[in-house]
Amino acid sequence: MSKPTGEEIVQFDNVGLRYGTDREVLRNLSFTLFPGSFYFLTGASGAGKTSLLRLLYLAQRPSRGMIRMFGSDAITLPRERLPLLRRRIGVVFQDFRLVSHLSAFDNVALPLRVAGAADRDLRKPVTDMLEWVGLADRMDARPATLSGGEQQRVAIARAVIPRPQMLVADEPTGNVDPEMAVKLLRLFEALNGLGTTVVVATHDVHLLQKVPDSLIMRLNKGQLADPTGALRFPPRRSANPSRHGRPAA
Amino acid sequence: MSPKELLETRITGAMRAVTGTGDPELVPQSRLSGPMPWVIAIMVAMTVIALAAGLALRNTVISAQAGLEGGLTVQIVEARAPERRAQSEAAMQRLESLPAVVGLRLVPKEELDHLIEPWLGSDQGTTSAMPVPIPALIDVQLSGRADEKQIEKVRAALVAVAPAARVDAQSGWLEPVYDAIASLQWLAIALVVLLAMALAAAVLMAARSALGTNRDTIEIVHLLGGTDAQIARVFQRSIGVDAAGGGVVGFALALIVILLLGRRFAGLGAGLVDQGSLGWIDWTLLAMVPLAAALLAMITARVTVMHALRKML
Ligand SMILES: Nc1ncnc2c1ncn2[C@@H]1O[C@H](COP(=O)(O)OP(=O)(O)O)[C@@H](O)[C@H]1O
Ligand SMILES: [Mg+2]
Repeated sequence: MSKPTGEEIVQFDNVGLRYGTDREVLRNLSFTLFPGSFYFLTGASGAGKTSLLRLLYLAQRPSRGMIRMFGSDAITLPRERLPLLRRRIGVVFQDFRLVSHLSAFDNVALPLRVAGAADRDLRKPVTDMLEWVGLADRMDARPATLSGGEQQRVAIARAVIPRPQMLVADEPTGNVDPEMAVKLLRLFEALNGLGTTVVVATHDVHLLQKVPDSLIMRLNKGQLADPTGALRFPPRRSANPSRHGRPAA
Repeated sequence: MSPKELLETRITGAMRAVTGTGDPELVPQSRLSGPMPWVIAIMVAMTVIALAAGLALRNTVISAQAGLEGGLTVQIVEARAPERRAQSEAAMQRLESLPAVVGLRLVPKEELDHLIEPWLGSDQGTTSAMPVPIPALIDVQLSGRADEKQIEKVRAALVAVAPAARVDAQSGWLEPVYDAIASLQWLAIALVVLLAMALAAAVLMAARSALGTNRDTIEIVHLLGGTDAQIARVFQRSIGVDAAGGGVVGFALALIVILLLGRRFAGLGAGLVDQGSLGWIDWTLLAMVPLAAALLAMITARVTVMHALRKML
């Protein structure tokens, strides 16, 4: 069943972003993300994928336009309320951003600790998660001693473990072999199946085919490829109600 | 395990995600390292020593003043010995009859000789051909303060019976000494204040540099939904640990110095100093210094971190 449009999880309206006094790296972005959908964000390197995701995970305010997230106006939201919004978003950063002096275990446990979980409650889920991404024997390792692929898996485990309402992943499979990439995508899909909206930025077109039900947003030089798609993104497939009707588990 | 099973594991804490205030062990404590604990140790040691000196001086002044306040000295300045003796006796009798006088003592000749000996030699007034006349000395203790009015009264009473009498308040003699001690006391207070300011500045710099080296961690915790208070607490605690460690070391150092100095002064047996020893209230005050330093360090760290965080989104 189609969800009422009032429940969209993210809504961008004519959003623009510039760093400093440079030209705008994002221009006239208007789109809506619906709960439980799986989005790929594609585009050439430098198209602005990371910049758009930074707006999504509330690391950056836009230079202009309107953004609504989880029903709140993200532009005028007071600082003090940002942490609670951020806890509903899982992020896989392009550069992983693991805490260098914490073990893989503690890195994965961090979002749970931030949210107030006690140690005894988080030991098992964190261990299970690290086992699942193939790092059972690397739990006590510091990030610096992990390979790029291993760090990426820790970053993914950390983003997924609190079961966020929205998962934002920036090139999350760029450093792992194709087999692991597929496995990680299955993890994202499973999360998606539990009701999480997933946004994966990638420049790897092969990845897109691995998730048949996904929706694709194409960024070109800071603009969404279909400039007339304002508020109707994605222009073709949003007409398909079954996309939005994914039952939230 | 299927990915679905993996994710369906219920995490009690995550369920509290919306209201959670965070585990205090968000990021493990940093070990005691770097110059920070030592800077604090030195600051605390100096503060404790300065404060101890200030307190000892104050105690000296208070206890000495209590004894001297009602004290008067009457000198009979008369070169002829028989006349001097006669006037002394008359003065004693007259003083005894005054109601304000509660204590009276004619300082014996041997004691006077002993007092003067270091300046004039040991054979004064006995074997010397031309003995230097030494005035007779009467110690008078009044019931109240020996102020000008009281002194005037005593003078008036003595003028008829002992015209050679000179009356002085004992505290008057020592006033310059007490003034000097009082200014030393102010110096000690000023030192304590300056050291506290230097400590705050040192902590400020330490907090800033910790903030710089941990900017990444802060940003990550921030983006994972950590609140300003949670992040500040991490720093506050690690700087608090540093400050507490430094404070203990500094206090121990100061203690050694104070006890050693105290011993040396006690060895002098000088009346002034052993009245200036520290009471338990003083020791409590001194023990508060490392506590205050740790508190100051934590507050400074918190304010610094909160201020820096407010500039982030
Ligand atoms: N912090 C920044 N300051 C200035 N320019 C930036 C910054 N981050 C990205 N850019 C610029 O914005 C454009 C888009 O970058 P980015 O969002 O990283 O693209 P993508 O992730 O698609 O490769 C690039 O031209 C890049 O140089
Ligand atoms: Mg990028």
